[in-house]
Amino acid sequence: MLVFKKLKSFYLPFKQDFIWSTLFLIIMAGITVVYPVILQMTIDDVVLGRQYSWVPWISLGFIVIMAVKGLSAYIQHYLADMFGIKSVYSLRNALYEKLQRLSFSYYDNAKTGDLMSRLTADVEGFRFFVSFGFAEVLRFVIQVSASLCVMFYYSVSLTLVTMIALPFLSVVVYKFDRAVHPAFRGIRESFGRLNTKVQENISGIHTVKALSKEGIEIERFNKSNQDYRTKQLRTASVWSKYFPLMEVIGNISVVALLAFGGYQVINGALKPGELVAFYSLVWYIIWPIMNLGFTINMFSQAKASGERLLEVLEADETIYDEENVRSSGKMDGHVAFRDVTFRYHQEETAALKEVSFDAPPGSTIGLIGATGSGKTSMIQLLSRFYETAAGDILIDGHPIKEYGLKTLRSQIGIVLQETFLFSSTIKANIAYGRPDATMEEIIDAAKRAQAHDFIMELPNGYNTMLGERGMGLSGGQKQRIAIARAFCMNPAILILDDSTSAVDMETEFQIQKALREVMKGRTTFIIAHRISSLKHADEILVLENGRIIERGPHEKLAAGNGAYQRIYNIQYQDKKAIMQKAVR
Amino acid sequence: MEENQKKQLILERFHYSQDEVIDKSFNWKQMWRLLQYLKPYAKNLLPLSFMTVIISTAIRLIIPILIGVYTLDRAIIEKDTTLLMKLVLIISGLYVLSYVVNLLRIRWMNELGQNVIYDLRKHLFTHVQSLSHKFFDQRSAGSILVRIMNDINSLQELFTSGVINLLTDFLLLFATIFILFSLNAKLTLAIMVILPIMFFISTSLRKKIRLSWQAVRLIQSKMNSHLNESIQGIRVTQAFSQENENIQFFKGINQENYQTWKQAVQKNAMFGPIVEMTNAAGTAILIWYGAFLVAGGECTIGEFVSFAFYLGMFWEPISRLGQLYNQLLIGMASSERIFEFLDERPIVAETRKPLVLPSIQGNIDFENVEFSYDTARNALNGVSFSIKAGETAALVGHTGSGKTTIANLISRFYDSTEGIIRIDGQPIQELSISSLRSQISVVLQDTFIFSGTIMENIRFGNPKASDVEVMAAAKAVGADPFITQLSNGYQTEVEERGNVLSVGERQLLSFARALLADPKILILDEATASIDTETEVKIQTALKTLLKGRTAIMIAHRLSTIREADKIIVLDHGNILEQGNHVTLMAKQGVYYDLVKAQYKMLDVG
Repeated sequence: MLVFKKLKSFYLPFKQDFIWSTLFLIIMAGITVVYPVILQMTIDDVVLGRQYSWVPWISLGFIVIMAVKGLSAYIQHYLADMFGIKSVYSLRNALYEKLQRLSFSYYDNAKTGDLMSRLTADVEGFRFFVSFGFAEVLRFVIQVSASLCVMFYYSVSLTLVTMIALPFLSVVVYKFDRAVHPAFRGIRESFGRLNTKVQENISGIHTVKALSKEGIEIERFNKSNQDYRTKQLRTASVWSKYFPLMEVIGNISVVALLAFGGYQVINGALKPGELVAFYSLVWYIIWPIMNLGFTINMFSQAKASGERLLEVLEADETIYDEENVRSSGKMDGHVAFRDVTFRYHQEETAALKEVSFDAPPGSTIGLIGATGSGKTSMIQLLSRFYETAAGDILIDGHPIKEYGLKTLRSQIGIVLQETFLFSSTIKANIAYGRPDATMEEIIDAAKRAQAHDFIMELPNGYNTMLGERGMGLSGGQKQRIAIARAFCMNPAILILDDSTSAVDMETEFQIQKALREVMKGRTTFIIAHRISSLKHADEILVLENGRIIERGPHEKLAAGNGAYQRIYNIQYQDKKAIMQKAVR
Repeated sequence: MEENQKKQLILERFHYSQDEVIDKSFNWKQMWRLLQYLKPYAKNLLPLSFMTVIISTAIRLIIPILIGVYTLDRAIIEKDTTLLMKLVLIISGLYVLSYVVNLLRIRWMNELGQNVIYDLRKHLFTHVQSLSHKFFDQRSAGSILVRIMNDINSLQELFTSGVINLLTDFLLLFATIFILFSLNAKLTLAIMVILPIMFFISTSLRKKIRLSWQAVRLIQSKMNSHLNESIQGIRVTQAFSQENENIQFFKGINQENYQTWKQAVQKNAMFGPIVEMTNAAGTAILIWYGAFLVAGGECTIGEFVSFAFYLGMFWEPISRLGQLYNQLLIGMASSERIFEFLDERPIVAETRKPLVLPSIQGNIDFENVEFSYDTARNALNGVSFSIKAGETAALVGHTGSGKTTIANLISRFYDSTEGIIRIDGQPIQELSISSLRSQISVVLQDTFIFSGTIMENIRFGNPKASDVEVMAAAKAVGADPFITQLSNGYQTEVEERGNVLSVGERQLLSFARALLADPKILILDEATASIDTETEVKIQTALKTLLKGRTAIMIAHRLSTIREADKIIVLDHGNILEQGNHVTLMAKQGVYYDLVKAQYKMLDVG
């Protein structure tokens, strides 16, 4: 119950809907019991008692009562639904807001599929319970007790006889619930695996075909497909074992009723109409009991869903605005690292160890080093996607924590290593960081990123829709749009994380040329493997295992005797050879 | 005004393809095609399940007569205790029989349905595997996934219960009407008044409800697309500090979702009460007219009671038939989408007697090869070249010059529109596709990592390889050092978009994968773009051993890679401008020479 208490802020504001729906539920369940009573009156008093003048009144009364019941049912159902829908509306907004605010370190350990299932299936589970779970329990109590009351009123002994089977029914329902729960979970899990299998196969179909492994893929798929069928059939077998059994137990009650009740009627202890009424009333008790398993199941699933939702809602926002943040206009872009140490997770070895450097406004810093040496970590710290373990990062002389996140990040234009474009027009993608950018500004950014020409060649130009993951564009084209997106922000600090790897050399050359203009007046960080991309940097930092092992301008490093020189030689050795031949 | 404009911009910032709410009509041809999947079970599960359904229905029909007419009229009212006991025994026996029959019915019907779903899904998946690149280029992964998973699942109910229930319900309906008439024709006719109302509810109201739920599903799928995208793109969103704008956008969809739900619920909540009111009307007629008939001696009390029971049973088949009709229409939409895929033919098809190559040598010849992805323009215009076994060829040119197209044609992911491609002198169309592709390995620009261990990912290149062989391959391409540094080494679990591996590391894995496959022809498609220089040097050395005895096609930008090639083919807009080795092309001072010069100018000026 703690789970529902913690989630109360999402449904309590709409409690009015719930209260009214409950009220109508009581009316509805009460009237249900009326039907057998009317049947009894018709048989005993009207037909056998020959009170035919009652007939119109009974019929009309029945219609009126049923109309009241229908209206109550409508209102009850509608309000219960609305209670759930409203609660889920506010829950979804809260979840989405939370997801927007959670930091990179949360997403490093989160799986998209898992988060999605929380946002869809678990939210739905919660809604279902809020709408029907509470109501179902109430309905059970009201209907069963009302039916029992009427039955006892008619005949105590007959009620007791028909109730004999109920303990057995309860045991079967209980056992069924125990068995069907894991069986359903088995289906869900198996379906999840099958889904993952197919999804991977399709996403990786080019790799599959490139290695000609369709046969193996079909085999693997079949295994999952078979498993899914097995799980389905296992559930069906649980179903077939218990469900007919429940029915037969219910039916035994009816037979007992018929035998003992018939005997009583013959003896004159019971009227025929009462027996018929009993026959209906018995089912009003048996059905809810058979359904009880589902209600309990729904409750335990809603509880599990609620727990998973709370996990998201209560996740730590590790990175947030400090109090009294500095509201700054345009930054100068003076970046300084002072003995910065950083680890992704507390136990792990540091990704950065005591890194210090100083980048005056407008300077260009090149970062080079092997995969995993800490280049990307450095720029992620600068945007405060993670917090440092020790040391300070300063912009314009102030620790970055003193700026609001929005202020800080809107001054930093990043082109990430892996390009991600949204399902929208090219125009909107370029203007992503500044939704109110004018068309001129967008085109200008695209031109600088060498993207304008190919965009204009597309049938719809800047209004071309990009599908999931920016389908239909080559890797190089996507990268250029991502670069334009960063330019469009007009940031004080520009970060390019290996962002020209997928474009061909000549395009890269063009971008580099354009970059030089864009970089004017901005502090720029360039991460690259190609020396040609870095050589004009004011300072190049060479990283190895989280430490800066060399630093300085290209000329100094190239003339040195370290890692940079080694890389330089590799990339340039053939230049000498080639050019000599060419000159000759 | 400006504020509003900005708000509007934000509400329109993402676009997701959204289907419209349409009402599919019933299609007999399609239904017939769907029913073909029942064929394998036509002699066992199908008749068996059908039989159990008929028996259990018959029992359900008999019992009200036994209770009403016999027990009530003949035994109880006539005070015949022995008959009462006899009837109680008969009824108990019938209930026990129905227990056994129901048990079997649930089992067999599920087995039938699940088998059909299994077959259908297997058929679709296998078929999709055989389709060509073009098919996958035109669709998003998500839309294919939805068909294989969700569309097939939506047929599940149709096959487990739908088809059989359809027959049963008709049976039940007619049997009920027949029994009612034979019990008392006048009363039956009076009650039949409610029948049209029931049909109306079952079709018209249900249709409205169905359409409004469809609208809910559509808006939800839009919301889910956005949720999925916003999670995957969260890093971009935060980098550009667009969290608040996205929250506003989401509130927009959420609001839309809320409204659609509300409308659906308004209609949906009406259904139950209206049904019950109709039933109540029927009961009222029964009481009024029935009592009148009983008074006149035209009807017994037992008949009256039986009538009351049957009236309850009356609604059930009508309701279920309406529901089934709904299910059928939903199934129609799904099966239409499924058949659309099944009717898709692989554009690359094998000849009737494909030639199985035992082990190729790796001679590749292109003779006036033309190709276009679409009719708009040619990707290749009459390209001719030949690469001898064991040679390394480098393809040079801008994006869109046709390099990747050539690589795709060699693996026969597409068929050339004109001209002939030969491997070892045999036209490529005549070869068995699997024997061809199993001897060619392609290392792609963006490598796909399957979820599983690193060991399994490398082994994907050759499922028969032992652990030792896998590690040897990893060592040969220089992937071993970073793998052993991971927490669980080769047993580390990796994932498609997981953060365990960097782009460069993924490329190294795909190198190892290709090496393990031991192909005769190796195609490297800009495979070293994101690897750092020192690692690349290691790979270059590894490549030298790897390339020995294999024909290699390299698509690369870097001169250091290209220079070593035996043959350099310079492409532009689908034409070969020059071919030859580095020395001859440099001496020629043509396009290649300019390219090299430009690149080094860039290194100097750059």
